[in-house]
Amino acid sequence: MGDTKDAPLLAMQGISKSFPGVKALDRVDFQLWPGEVHALVGENGAGKSTLIKILAGVYSMDSGQTLIDGKPVDISSPRQASKYGISVVHQEFTLVPQMTVAENIMLSDMPSRPGLRLLVDKKAMVSGARDILDDLGVDISVSSPVRSLTVAEQQIVEVAKALSRKTRILVMDEPTAALSNVEVERLFKVIQTLVSKGMAVVYISHKLDEVFRISDRLTVLRDGRVISSSPISRLTRNEVVKQMVGRELTGMYDKPEVSIGRPVLEARDLLLDPIGQGISFKVHEGEVLGIAGLMGAGQIKLARALFGIERVYGGEVILRGKPMRISSPAKAVETGIGLVTENRKEEGLVQLLSVSKNITLTVLDAVSHMGVLSSRAEADIVSDKIRDLDIKTPSPKQIVRNLSGGNQQKVVLAKWLAVDPDVMIMCEPTRGIDVGAKAEIYRLIGEMARNGKAVLLISSEIPEIVGMSDKVVVMHSGRVVGELTGAGCTQEAVLRLATGGSAVGA
Amino acid sequence: MEPKSFIDVLRRFGMAFILLAMIIALSFMNPRFFTISNFLTIMRQVAINGALAAGMTMVILTGGIDLSVGGTVALAGCFAAGALHATGNSWLAVLVALGVGLIIGSVNGFFVSYTKLPPFIVTLATLALARGFTLVYTEGRPLLVDAPLFDMIGGGFVAGIPVPVLIVAMVYIVVGFVLNQTKFGRLVYAIGGNEQACRLSGINVERNKMLVYMWCGFLAGLSSVILTSRLLSAQPTAGTGYELDAIAAVILGGTSLSGGEGGVRGTLVGAFIIGVLANGLNLLNVSPFYQDVAKGAVILAAVLMDKAFHSTADSR
Repeated sequence: MGDTKDAPLLAMQGISKSFPGVKALDRVDFQLWPGEVHALVGENGAGKSTLIKILAGVYSMDSGQTLIDGKPVDISSPRQASKYGISVVHQEFTLVPQMTVAENIMLSDMPSRPGLRLLVDKKAMVSGARDILDDLGVDISVSSPVRSLTVAEQQIVEVAKALSRKTRILVMDEPTAALSNVEVERLFKVIQTLVSKGMAVVYISHKLDEVFRISDRLTVLRDGRVISSSPISRLTRNEVVKQMVGRELTGMYDKPEVSIGRPVLEARDLLLDPIGQGISFKVHEGEVLGIAGLMGAGQIKLARALFGIERVYGGEVILRGKPMRISSPAKAVETGIGLVTENRKEEGLVQLLSVSKNITLTVLDAVSHMGVLSSRAEADIVSDKIRDLDIKTPSPKQIVRNLSGGNQQKVVLAKWLAVDPDVMIMCEPTRGIDVGAKAEIYRLIGEMARNGKAVLLISSEIPEIVGMSDKVVVMHSGRVVGELTGAGCTQEAVLRLATGGSAVGA
Repeated sequence: MEPKSFIDVLRRFGMAFILLAMIIALSFMNPRFFTISNFLTIMRQVAINGALAAGMTMVILTGGIDLSVGGTVALAGCFAAGALHATGNSWLAVLVALGVGLIIGSVNGFFVSYTKLPPFIVTLATLALARGFTLVYTEGRPLLVDAPLFDMIGGGFVAGIPVPVLIVAMVYIVVGFVLNQTKFGRLVYAIGGNEQACRLSGINVERNKMLVYMWCGFLAGLSSVILTSRLLSAQPTAGTGYELDAIAAVILGGTSLSGGEGGVRGTLVGAFIIGVLANGLNLLNVSPFYQDVAKGAVILAAVLMDKAFHSTADSR
């Protein structure tokens, strides 16, 4: 559409950015024309969010430049980004739930009463908010509190909020992650209305079917580099998937050959949703069962249900041949299930406590006698685990908060290895840790399998799932959409299923 | 281990230095301050708040708060006096006081743990309930307590040390042991540091939180025994504002209001800061009207100084 104009609305040229140990962006070029929806796709860690954070003034770039309307600009703060008409709608909403829709939309620029700067002009606020929502062609009451809205409506309020600030470039990060199909349609209508008025939209999503429907142009990022950038009409889904995956499997995932033993844990028609579809799978001794899916596809919910945190509406969990009702984490631990949570900071560790105290948190009964702790028993377990897992800490007494992400993750693992559960559920075990620590986590997963444990590996990083698992169950929108083993278990196949495609066809 | 620098020492013992400075300053300002008999007086005064603050420390370590302790002191005292009048058995009276404390603590613990109501609201309600029941029971009149056991607790000495001081010393030894050496104590810190992580480690968070509030209530009952013995009567308005002194002692002692960090040793220092201040102001003939002003100012100043120590230590 905008190709006839001489300068793009936004041009990011040769952007590079490094974090300690990682080159997050390597000479990335990105152009955006008015009136287009430009999709930005890539695996986790490909550099999408770093690029967006640079655009939004959250990060500063190491080198490169940004041009708006052909003129170089310096976006060094979110405030400046908003001055240049750049708005980002994040995955996590930034709305105030108790305030009304109108108040939320106009929050950054409350209209004041003429002559009385400190007083809010409520009429102007309501009519301003209503105008924006009317322009978007949606019917949401401006006077209702935001918390009474559905997630999809809140999403639209986020967009409306961005529009209250004279936005020219709207970035949407996984906007449909929490939306139903009908709601996605509604959002797409809004996006079409916006671009028809000359706005440019950067659309970040893992869901390729949606990307192909809504965007005009698509850029693939991989390992911090632009792999391709072309009009969507010239691309096919399979090409995009190949470009996203790219690299070959390296020697990182050297899972030992383990003979698979008796079944340990089985789910039969497990219902995580009152109206959903049942989930079934089986995991055996010495087996690593991968559960793949995009963020929010239901795999984390499944893990939490197996651990007694999430409600189960039907179906059965069978542990070593016996049906089991796992009503609480305490019960889960008792029956021999361990859970490495996806977010170690919020749920995995007590950040204020030492390495030692975190490791023994799961085995306090074993290191105490009549309720009194034995510091020797504790020290024995802790020094074993620090050695086995090669946790890099100056002392067991070091506060866990002061360790690197990789070592913190090893402390989480140590805590569970101390319990020695039969089934280890691991959610995103390598999220946010460096390559070296990743390799060690993989080694530990292999070791658990060799010791006859059943491992459920849940991850949105497809190479890791494919590399480590004996069998992969793929989930999409809360359902199991396929099971892959052996030669058929490729990154392409997993990604195709996970993004809502079918298993057959290449 | 980390090297011990002056800053580390300040960080660990900051409040103790402040207490020491107060003692030195008051010694110079009034000759009657630095005497054994005055120190015994201070310790006797600190005993009541000290016992309350020990329980409060446990609650605050879990990230909670207990506003009901002052009301518990009053109700426990009056019921104990009532039991004494009815039976003449002073040991039974003591048990009644401790039992009332345990019951109120259990009620707090139950609502906080199992109904997930905020501790602030639950204990504000039980504070009002305890005060209300006290007034209903006593019809607003004080009850005399006249029994040798209470005489002994309030005014007696063992090896030259006042009995209340001995009791509170025991309390601190026991609570210190529980917090540092037992599984339950470890969980108190862990729950305050990250409740969800504890739950997901298979820990019964609810039961342990319930126990914490029971400890706090029990110690409030014990405080009430000491207070009743000192006054030789149970006052329906006893313990008014005690919850705030206890919380102040905990905070001065360096326990984080958000839980997970701190300990009972600091609380003891905090309780002494408040006690020494009150005693010093009395000796200096400061009008009681000004004493609260001074207390507020000292709390604010002490916490600010402590924060300054901490930030220097953190920014190394």
